[in-house]
Amino acid sequence: MSSTDRFAKNCGSLEDKLIEYLDGRATPANRRAVEDHLAVCSSCRDRAEDFRALFSAIDDLPVVSPSPAFDTSLRTRIAVEAAHSGFWGWIPSPRLAFAVTALIAMSVWLSSMPRTPNNDSAVNRAPAEAEFSMIRDLPVLENYEVISKFDALSELPASADDAAAAEVKNEASE
Amino acid sequence: MARSDVQLMLDVKAGDEQSFELLLRKYRTPLVNFLYRMVHDSAAAEDLAQEVFLRVYRARKDYAPSAKFTTWMFRIATNLALNSVRDNRYRQSEISMDQAVEVGDDERRTMEVPDLTPTVEQFLVARSRSEMILRAIDALPEKQRAAVLLHKYQELDYDEISRILECSESALKSLLFRAYETLRTALAPLLNTEKVSSH
Repeated sequence: MSSTDRFAKNCGSLEDKLIEYLDGRATPANRRAVEDHLAVCSSCRDRAEDFRALFSAIDDLPVVSPSPAFDTSLRTRIAVEAAHSGFWGWIPSPRLAFAVTALIAMSVWLSSMPRTPNNDSAVNRAPAEAEFSMIRDLPVLENYEVISKFDALSELPASADDAAAAEVKNEASE
Repeated sequence: MARSDVQLMLDVKAGDEQSFELLLRKYRTPLVNFLYRMVHDSAAAEDLAQEVFLRVYRARKDYAPSAKFTTWMFRIATNLALNSVRDNRYRQSEISMDQAVEVGDDERRTMEVPDLTPTVEQFLVARSRSEMILRAIDALPEKQRAAVLLHKYQELDYDEISRILECSESALKSLLFRAYETLRTALAPLLNTEKVSSH
């Protein structure tokens, strides 16, 4: 390796050591390594001098102070947030609050929609049969003694067809 | 005996509002300074600084001292600042560089982007040395800018800065080296002028 290459390699190795060296925070071994290199490399010596000047210049930059209203404005923001969190405090996050609100709104909307008639006879038949079985199973219909003594029932024809046939016969004979 | 930042924050957690006031008084100026150097807008810097304190206050009930208070606070500040810088850059980049600009008498030419490298003449007419340095810092990529400001302005140690920027200490030192090398190039006329005047 030529001396130029060696110095170039060493210049590159300064990249992670020079800053801490200039800050006075380098380990003893790193400090020696930097000082040994700076002793023989004018380019890096110039670099180190410029870095020191930059450090000093940045230290001398004017300080920007907060405006007089800073504290008051911050306290107002904190107070406003505390007031809002009292009602919604049980909800951990705004997203969850939005989701809950949307769910409630959708439930209200769905319940307010009119029910459309269902033309499906099989579906209609199911509640009718349920009602019929309920009527059929009523205790009073099992009491045949009551039914057999029910006068209205005794006057009824045996069947509607027989009644119609009897009427036709009477008309024919007239 | 003065309480540490961690103790103050634990007292805030316990409901002591006065402790929060002490933290506010101690860090509002460094925070506003840091954020102003990052976003270069005083109103935005104050707004972001308030947002940092607001988030610290919000997190008080769950606060657990896993890192130094300044590391936590400046990480919040850095993230907010980086987001703000990127949002502003996105808004500014919506202006097309190829968009024709009417200059008068129906003459149209494309937008010219000025060369930001200052000449010696520009340095001589610049209002102040501080302005030159701030302009050069402002021109750094945002992560290098944050590293320089945390390093020199806030004097945080490498471990803290690397946690804030979420990189290794070794990567941080390389980042700082590259940042100061860029500043050195940008401010070469100023540094040369000062070298001449000091000899």
